[in-house]
Amino acid sequence: MLVSMMEHHSNIVPWEIISKIKGFKLKYSNVNDNGTLDYTDFENKLSGKTKIACLSHVSNVTGSINDVKRIARVAHDNGALMLVDGAQSVPHMPVDVKDLDVDFLAFSGHKMLGPTGIGVLYGKKEILEKMEPFQGGGEMIREVAYNRDKDHCGMVWNEVPWKFEAGTPNISGAIGLGVAVEYLENIGMEKVLEHERRLTKYTLERMEESSKVTIHGPRSLSEKLGIIPFTVEGLSSHDVALFFDNYGIMIRSGYHCAQPLHQIFKLESSARSSFYVYNTETEVDRFVEVLKEFDQL
Amino acid sequence: MATIDDYVSRVEGTCGAEKDVIVVFKYEKKDEAIANILKRATVKNKIAGIILELTFQGQSFRVYSSGKAIFRSIKNREELNSILASLLL
Repeated sequence: MLVSMMEHHSNIVPWEIISKIKGFKLKYSNVNDNGTLDYTDFENKLSGKTKIACLSHVSNVTGSINDVKRIARVAHDNGALMLVDGAQSVPHMPVDVKDLDVDFLAFSGHKMLGPTGIGVLYGKKEILEKMEPFQGGGEMIREVAYNRDKDHCGMVWNEVPWKFEAGTPNISGAIGLGVAVEYLENIGMEKVLEHERRLTKYTLERMEESSKVTIHGPRSLSEKLGIIPFTVEGLSSHDVALFFDNYGIMIRSGYHCAQPLHQIFKLESSARSSFYVYNTETEVDRFVEVLKEFDQL
Repeated sequence: MATIDDYVSRVEGTCGAEKDVIVVFKYEKKDEAIANILKRATVKNKIAGIILELTFQGQSFRVYSSGKAIFRSIKNREELNSILASLLL
């Protein structure tokens, strides 16, 4: 199995756990110094032995967009399946799984105005139909017939997707996420992307006004979405976040659940500003005003 | 008799190589907590009227006027509680 060094811990830890149980080799592909994927390394490490290639569509640290369509093509050429972490792309840009030709794509409700504790796993139907259920219980089963002679129950799985939805589901979560999807679709994902690109461009330009700030990751708008990781000279990212907190501005600090990427950046942690549909240029102005106060420290 | 819990709302471990600990004071007690800390700790620096850099018993830490404090190099919760008790009570 092949993943990249830019993955969120949620796309590393489960594979590390299951690789030990199943005894397969988990390989890591390099990331360039600016946080973009090293495509040559990823493609070189894909071979006939690779069963699954797994990659985030968009980095949750840098906003770097990966060309998963290209990687899916190479994965399929090598007989591997392509699984995409879409948690950071689906909420922020149009995503067409058929066009990307990925085999699986996962995303989370809480990243797209929906409830916590629920997400979506898309899978190609023909693959899902061949897969065994990973959990047993109600709903995922069509028939549990007791055979007195064998003292055994013969089982017939339910159809996809119910085959993978054992037990009472998170009904309220699914309804909430469904409404969030409708809300975003009504806005239009092209408009969401355009709004975020405009804010990102404006913020990147304005952040240059501060002399103590270093921005990490790619700068080109064609390569990234609305996430800007940065550090401030002489301050830890947590100090930076608490400083903003004083002004009612919430940013994230720390590893952002992506420690390997911070190792590549040689950073102990980073601060991260990010945008969504509800953010405005006025808020960016306020953010930059506070950011520039670091120059006076 | 006052306890740390009278002042502290929650304690959060940060993620990152720094392993800092953030102490969030109860909103209604934050001014009193900061006043108590200022009586006991030594102010090394005051930054932008927002960040206070302090030292106490060899431990350096920062207090924010919003009612939060960052402690560094804290070994465990017992050590943190001991410092907080000395600073607040």
